[in-house]
Amino acid sequence: MSGDAPITSLWQATRAIAWKDLTAERRSRELLSAMLVFALLVILAFNFALDLDPKTRGSVASGVLWVTFIFAGTLGLNRSMATEKDRGCLDGLLLAPIDRSAIYFGKAIANLAFMLIVEAIVFPLYSVLYNVNLFLPGLLLTVVLGSVGYVAVGTLLSSMAVQARTRDMLLPILLFPVALPVLIAAVKASAGYLGGLPMEEIIPWLNLLGVYDVIFITVAFMVFDFIVEE
Amino acid sequence: MTAAIAVDRLTKRFGLKTVLRGLNFTAAQGEFVALLGPNGAGKTTFLRILASLSRPTSGEVRIGGAALPREAATVRRRLGVVSHQPLLYGDLTAEENLHFFARLYGLAAPEERIGEVLTLVGLARRRHDLVRTYSRGMQQRLAIARAILHDPDVLLLDEPYTGLDQDASAMLDAVLQEVAAQGRTVVMTSHDLSRVAALASRFDVLARGRIAASASRADLADAQLLAFYRTAIAEEAS
Repeated sequence: MSGDAPITSLWQATRAIAWKDLTAERRSRELLSAMLVFALLVILAFNFALDLDPKTRGSVASGVLWVTFIFAGTLGLNRSMATEKDRGCLDGLLLAPIDRSAIYFGKAIANLAFMLIVEAIVFPLYSVLYNVNLFLPGLLLTVVLGSVGYVAVGTLLSSMAVQARTRDMLLPILLFPVALPVLIAAVKASAGYLGGLPMEEIIPWLNLLGVYDVIFITVAFMVFDFIVEE
Repeated sequence: MTAAIAVDRLTKRFGLKTVLRGLNFTAAQGEFVALLGPNGAGKTTFLRILASLSRPTSGEVRIGGAALPREAATVRRRLGVVSHQPLLYGDLTAEENLHFFARLYGLAAPEERIGEVLTLVGLARRRHDLVRTYSRGMQQRLAIARAILHDPDVLLLDEPYTGLDQDASAMLDAVLQEVAAQGRTVVMTSHDLSRVAALASRFDVLARGRIAASASRADLADAQLLAFYRTAIAEEAS
């Protein structure tokens, strides 16, 4: 081990940062309530705007579901890094003798937790409103894989966007094109499960989600230090 | 003996703008250096480079013999930083904030140390309160507790009095005197000459990206500090 190695392991530092974000959010509930209200409003808006018959509702369900998750997730990603930057807390993290990738992983774990909590609340409501059974093991796996991919790339890009004055506008502009593969794969896999398609038609989309997750987590691990460097 | 801080020909450019121009600086162990200078002189940039938050364009920076940016993790273990922002989380209590930073700095059994630093800054009784309920002065004292939690050799303070009223400033003075008396090397930037006059053992004036003048406390009576500062700035400008 090099003499300049951090004394706190990557895992310990990641856990500490995720714990800090989750504890702060448990107290303030700023992020979760905003994400949740936004997600519910999007679902309601789609419900009334589309005014679909039951058959068509099933076919658009996966699209509506993912648009809702992505919009609510973007809101959370933007706030998560902005709170660090606004109070100068990001400097506090950068001053610590830790592997800086721990900041990325800690923030990503907390962001994923927030997104999954919102999804867990949206799922039953969506099932009732759209009269669609969403509680399928394959669909739940798709939601987890899609959320991991979206949060992996979103946390990385929000770390870049937070340095800019126009960060609120910049994040969606940067994020949506890069997250398009994960959105397409998640919508296709979800539609496959909801439509009862055979597994061989769904597996390629799940593989794409898995590969996307691995690639972006690896890329983030490699480049995060350079992104947060002044 | 290795200097606590040794800076040799440090230059920092942001695009076409050169902020630091071949700056040389040393601080011995236990020295309290007040870094004075007008707005835009490069004080914050200099402290951010010492704190490993910014990379030098050229030149050499060593903290306790460890070179930046090559040995950044070693340097960060030896450094405590206080800026005009407290670098604390409002939705955590004071104790939770310190626990969090203790985990990042790898302190094995932090409870005792957290109690010590909270007592030092006079916040032991408010340790379970959320930081967002603290006044600005209390937040700044807690920021000092955070900065010295891991017992650093070097403490960097960037305008720590910003936004503090007279009472809070006086309380911060007392805490800083206590912290400096523990043998740490302290570098502090400030616009408040009367404040630093009572604390520092050396006064360096930074102007146009380099140290324009330096004087020890022994060479300078309190009443002469303002004249020394003005002369240094005027000579550098001419």
